Amino acid sequence: MKTKSIASFLLGTALSLTAVGVACAQDKTVKIGALSDQSGLYADLGGPGSTLAAQMAVEDSGLAAKGWKIDIISGDHQNKPDIGTAIARQWFDVDKVDVIVDVPNSGVALAVNNVIKEKNGVYINSGAATSDLTNAQCSPNTVHWTYDTYMLAHTTGQALVKAGGDTWFFLTADYAFGGALERDTTAVVLANGGKVVGGVKHPLNTPDFSSFLLQAQASRAKVIGLANAGGDTTNAIKQAAEFGIAKGNQKLAALLLFLTDVKALGLETAQGLNFTETFYWDMNDQTRAFSKRFAAKMKNGAPPTMVQAGVYAGLRHYFKALEALGGNPHDGVKVVEKMKSMPTEDDLFGKGEIQPNGRTIHNAYLFEVKKPSESKAPWDFYKLVGTVSGDQAFTPLAESKCALLKK
Amino acid sequence: MQALYAQLLVGLINGSFYALLSLGLAVIFGMLNIINFAHGALYMMGAFVAYFLLNNDYLSIGYWPALIIAPIVVGIFGMILERTMLQWLTGLDHLYGLLLTFGLALIIQGVFQNYFGSSGLPYAIPDQLKGGMNLGFMFLPVYRGWVVVFSLVVCLATWFLIEKTQLGAYLRAATENPTLVRAFGINVPRMITLTYGLGVGLAALAGVLSAPINQVRPLMGADLIIVVFAVVVIGGMGSIMGSIITGFALGVIEGLTKYFYPEASNTVVFVLMVLVLLVKPTGLTGRAA
Repeated sequence: MKTKSIASFLLGTALSLTAVGVACAQDKTVKIGALSDQSGLYADLGGPGSTLAAQMAVEDSGLAAKGWKIDIISGDHQNKPDIGTAIARQWFDVDKVDVIVDVPNSGVALAVNNVIKEKNGVYINSGAATSDLTNAQCSPNTVHWTYDTYMLAHTTGQALVKAGGDTWFFLTADYAFGGALERDTTAVVLANGGKVVGGVKHPLNTPDFSSFLLQAQASRAKVIGLANAGGDTTNAIKQAAEFGIAKGNQKLAALLLFLTDVKALGLETAQGLNFTETFYWDMNDQTRAFSKRFAAKMKNGAPPTMVQAGVYAGLRHYFKALEALGGNPHDGVKVVEKMKSMPTEDDLFGKGEIQPNGRTIHNAYLFEVKKPSESKAPWDFYKLVGTVSGDQAFTPLAESKCALLKK
Repeated sequence: MQALYAQLLVGLINGSFYALLSLGLAVIFGMLNIINFAHGALYMMGAFVAYFLLNNDYLSIGYWPALIIAPIVVGIFGMILERTMLQWLTGLDHLYGLLLTFGLALIIQGVFQNYFGSSGLPYAIPDQLKGGMNLGFMFLPVYRGWVVVFSLVVCLATWFLIEKTQLGAYLRAATENPTLVRAFGINVPRMITLTYGLGVGLAALAGVLSAPINQVRPLMGADLIIVVFAVVVIGGMGSIMGSIITGFALGVIEGLTKYFYPEASNTVVFVLMVLVLLVKPTGLTGRAA
């Protein structure tokens, strides 16, 4: 018995030493940093749910069984670019992180973009909206999944202008994201023969919108475009209902609305709103299956938002690229090139591709929020109104100002 | 011009929240000498208690009873805080109270955020106060009108209680000379506990009033508290009438800034605070200690 256990100990040691040897030779260790707003106004749409999505992507990739060692750490950028870049730097310098995912808040996302480029890491951004990430400020290390301001402007914005909403007034969050969304939507409005009659830039995280809404009302614009997100959007919508804006001749356009925002508003207030997302949990059997697994692990039982779904799908594609490379995940540019060379396909976003500027192309969907009487289950919120194919929704390469395209 | 009147009215509405909250702070500071940084968290708790009362399957208590129940529940919580923690700081520097209550605020907010997330919970406007009226220059939601009137009444009642009644006289005396007041057979510690409860109750009341307008969110108090502190400082720390008047006035000034230069609307209060402190360090109506 004793001899047997000594023999098995020796055999075990030998095997594990061989495994270490193999790991060193091919270097199959990966460290993922999930950088998000963990406690502020975007925490519910990204935050802990994004970290969970990353964990599920690791588990579902099956790479651990093939000898890969994959770790995840998470951080809270608190919506401050300086904190975001400090965390990113520490992750690359001290913690040896290879890939950073999520990063909502365009201001933080653009700042982190520079750090990742400098450190030659991989950046799979799902949470930020600014189209600059793959346009003027594109980087060979960056893949922008899920959505961007160009897409929001060319789906929701375009649909509203075509439906007769030809004069616009903007309520814009006063930072990188709001500016980008207003700029992109303005371009769409003008291109379709409409005009912008005014706008207000409000500070991020504004609890009271009544003054701004009064200005929007006084402008007599047909559409009041909300170029903001999260808590700002929900407050604006709620207070607009209070001031009777929806009942007047003006229409409220939530250019960016997430599942968690609709939950926070309640269907009574949110019903009838039109907006665009690239993922909804109740689209098909695959999305439902994933969302069920996801919700079971979330503390409040919430299904994934499109940002969290994007973290999952982006990482799954990243792992496919790593597997194809066979190891050595530390050269960011090389990994991202591999990711771009492979078509994307997953259960959540379907088929697509990553353009040379880093923009992931997939379908976008126009939704309408259901009436309370139409909702059959706790998170049953959306009605599908239309589908826009990826090449229609996202920036055409010919229009892109990305320096990577000028090779 | 019409838009300007509208902004003035909207400013007055926000001012009523500032007034109610800064009034509670002024009462607590004036009577207990504690800079109550937990005020925002307690305001948020008021809104959450109203939410629970409404959405509990067994209770389903609506807005009107919540206006009374929530301040009492949160007030009792405040009194427990005072008895178990704050009373030990009597006689120490203000800084200790500030740090303790700041820590408490972070803990309370953290716990709520952990359980309820950050995006908030819906709370509908009560049926009786839905809709609005056309004033000619603006559409005034009935609920907002109610908020202004109700907070004015509560503010004046509190002022009357403290400045004009015998109970108020005892209170003021107890803060000036606790030993002497105790010698008259008055239970000073109990009075202080009740005063803290009153201040906290006022915060919770503002929370209930705010629930139908803003989302019921864990960070709703944190967003507001710094502005409210600026209001108290401008009005003069501890001055009851000062905080009421400054609360309403700053709401109006902020509203006007949102009209003329919206980007500065979050900072205008602090610019004013700096100016006031430079010219009159005790605040507009404050007395030198």
